[in-house]
Amino acid sequence: MSEGNQQEFSLPLLRVGDRAEIARLVDAYSTNIYRLALKMLANPQDAEDVLQNTFLKAIQALPKFEGRSSLSTWLYRIAANEALMTLRRRKPEIEFSPTIDAIESEELALNEFTNWCCLPEGDLISSEAQSYLDQAIQELSEKLRVVFILRDIEKLSIRETSEALGLTETTVKTRLLRARLKLRELLSVYYGERLGTEKI
Amino acid sequence: MKKEVNCGEFLESLSDYVDGILGDALCKEIENHMADCEDCRIVVDTLKKTIYLYHETASKTTIPLGVRERLFRSLDLDDFIQKGNLLENDVTF
Ligand SMILES: [Zn+2]
Repeated sequence: MSEGNQQEFSLPLLRVGDRAEIARLVDAYSTNIYRLALKMLANPQDAEDVLQNTFLKAIQALPKFEGRSSLSTWLYRIAANEALMTLRRRKPEIEFSPTIDAIESEELALNEFTNWCCLPEGDLISSEAQSYLDQAIQELSEKLRVVFILRDIEKLSIRETSEALGLTETTVKTRLLRARLKLRELLSVYYGERLGTEKI
Repeated sequence: MKKEVNCGEFLESLSDYVDGILGDALCKEIENHMADCEDCRIVVDTLKKTIYLYHETASKTTIPLGVRERLFRSLDLDDFIQKGNLLENDVTF
């Protein structure tokens, strides 16, 4: 887990519904869950719904929580499911599409060899760049996007990501590689243009 | 004649390489290849930077106060809203 979330929680207190302990849990993870939902859905209202539903479901399920995975991985799992369900409600026709898994068998290729690393930090994280980053992540299929968010934005390990998504570690790695390469390519196009204008 | 790793072979191992979890032998092969291949050096550098930028910009996103407040209300935790707010607003000097 990233950030300052290494707090300890009392499972016995959470299981019996201790409100102060639950409030502490909510405060510790609400930013992470909100961020995951926002990056998945690109819509603040939908993200807020996912956030509320995640904690409602978690609180209901806490008495039965066995602690086989960590609390954080378990919360991410509930949140990822909620976000994916929201996406499927938006475009139900895409669900079960046979082409979705083609992403993983598609041959990998490299394009874009512009070295934009040297751009000043101000250009790399300008507000325009940030909205481009948000836009680029939306171009990933939801299956790739959720893996990238959990692993590279929320900094879960490969194993935690696989637990949160109910996928094998091999599948997580395959999807992560594809997501990373695709985003690198999209960012290279964008920052490559910035590099071009810098030279003028 | 020693077998060269070409850019394509290298691709599948790229994620493990930037995460530092690639086996020593393969890691060495890749580094030898990169020494002679500028494209691959750029790919690795820009890939690392891509990951860094997403994490860096996202880590500045925190839950807006209004969203937090509505969350606490929806969970019947209204009486705990204040505590967190006080901590966040506890800026003296
Ligand atoms: Zn190469």
